[in-house]
Amino acid sequence: MSDLTKNYGDVQAVRDASFAVEPGEVFGFLGPNGAGKSTTINMLCTLAKPTSGTASVGGYDVVTQRDDVRRHIGLVFQEPTLDVYLTGEQNLRMHAELYGVDADLIPARMRQMLDMVDLWDRRKQAVRTYSGGMRRRLEIARGLMHSPRVLFLDEPTIGLDPQTRSSIWSYIRALREAEGTTIFLTTHYMEEAEVCDRIAIMDRGEIVVLDTPTALKKSVGRRASLDDVFMHYTGTEIRDGFSTSGVNVNREIMRAMTKGGRA
Amino acid sequence: MTVATPETVAVRVPVRSWRSEVRAMKIVWRRDLIRFVGDPTRILAWLIQPLLFLFVLGTGLQSLSSRSTHGVKLTTFVFPGVLGMVLVYSAMFSAASFVWDRELGFLRELTVAPVGRSSILLGKTLGGMTIAASQGVIVLALAGLVQVPYRPVLLLGVFGFQVLIAFTITAFGVMVATTIKQAQTFTNVMQMLVIPMLFLSGALYPISGLPAWLGVLSKLNPLTYTVDPMRRIVFSHLHISAAARHTLAPGVTWWGWHVPVLLEAAMVLVIGITSLGVAVFKFTRTE
Repeated sequence: MSDLTKNYGDVQAVRDASFAVEPGEVFGFLGPNGAGKSTTINMLCTLAKPTSGTASVGGYDVVTQRDDVRRHIGLVFQEPTLDVYLTGEQNLRMHAELYGVDADLIPARMRQMLDMVDLWDRRKQAVRTYSGGMRRRLEIARGLMHSPRVLFLDEPTIGLDPQTRSSIWSYIRALREAEGTTIFLTTHYMEEAEVCDRIAIMDRGEIVVLDTPTALKKSVGRRASLDDVFMHYTGTEIRDGFSTSGVNVNREIMRAMTKGGRA
Repeated sequence: MTVATPETVAVRVPVRSWRSEVRAMKIVWRRDLIRFVGDPTRILAWLIQPLLFLFVLGTGLQSLSSRSTHGVKLTTFVFPGVLGMVLVYSAMFSAASFVWDRELGFLRELTVAPVGRSSILLGKTLGGMTIAASQGVIVLALAGLVQVPYRPVLLLGVFGFQVLIAFTITAFGVMVATTIKQAQTFTNVMQMLVIPMLFLSGALYPISGLPAWLGVLSKLNPLTYTVDPMRRIVFSHLHISAAARHTLAPGVTWWGWHVPVLLEAAMVLVIGITSLGVAVFKFTRTE
């Protein structure tokens, strides 16, 4: 993706973000709350149209080849999107059918996904009886039902106990081994960012740095942890919802630019 | 590219085509039915509601007006009206589930899939239509209890209207649901719209005797054109006096002209299609 920009009115949520993710890579996308991570993911998932700039996922343009992008990505959002009145099995089946997966392959694929997330035994029960961790695992299984090339995970382990978190990470690794799926994830847990092949840190709508965890730590100091790296690049100030100071300064210029981009 | 190891079942997603749309519609439709069938409490309520409307409401009103109905039982008179009410409530409930889907997040699962949003809405409308029309069949089955004869022509005619009305009301509800995104607000707005519309539709009392200003409102009320044709079909099979027919099923007139049943049907259909069109427009444009 290159020069990706998204404006909401006068507020720039994402400004000229550019980066490339390699196939099969586990790519960590970090940043303080409100940095523009979710907006970027939404653009990559074709849920939001970029104001300017281009991006492609799996070789397809997110604006002009929206349906092709959607065929090849799996999504696990921060917020739950399961139908809790249906069973685990019904949720997965519905998803596979919605994507047009060959009906003959659905049972086998479902078995494999449910085994991976240890929910095979609970498949006949309504999702409302599942715990938070089980629901999250089911969402991951569902996102993988159609063998996506890229799996987007927006804070997949938030609010989960360490056991569930570590098992989710073992699925992620297993997945890459088995299917070469590219993983694009956001997280606030630095020990998880450590496991990524590369990480990008976004702040105030811009990519501030992108490298392997090791290289990033080196760049900050000899004994630096990823926490230090994170604070180094994004500051220590707490912010929820991005600050618009500084963005407003460039408002007129950006407006002119994005007008050109939209044409 | 998927590197399939022996134990991996790799699948592929076909390019989007009309088949994807048909599939999406079917899935959304079926989901509504699965959820309905899997909810025994709702089914029970679904069975009891028509009985309450018909016998509690109809019998209750009877005590007020035995003289002015020319010997026709009020339960017979309200029968088509109860059909209308049952359809309206059932269809509204289905439309409300669309708002809940948004609130509970599931809608997102549908909107990120490689399928059109119009198919999602059409599936939703057809799902609501199916459930509402089946509930209408329950009411229709009770016809004999209120002195309405079981004649195939009558039953088929009314059933046809039920399907049409169920479609239109669900489409209308879905249209409102694409505009109002909070479930609680939706319920309140719907109540506000539906109750006066039901009162003015002729479901519970004849609208011919209304004062002029209410008469005008009732003629502008789309529900009037759903209750009236069903009542006319039912009454055409009853052996009652001309006076009773004149009072209870006079039909709708525009400046003295009797609106034919087929025109009423066409109006209902047009309202349904327009509502769905507006819903699709709103749903594909936003988010």
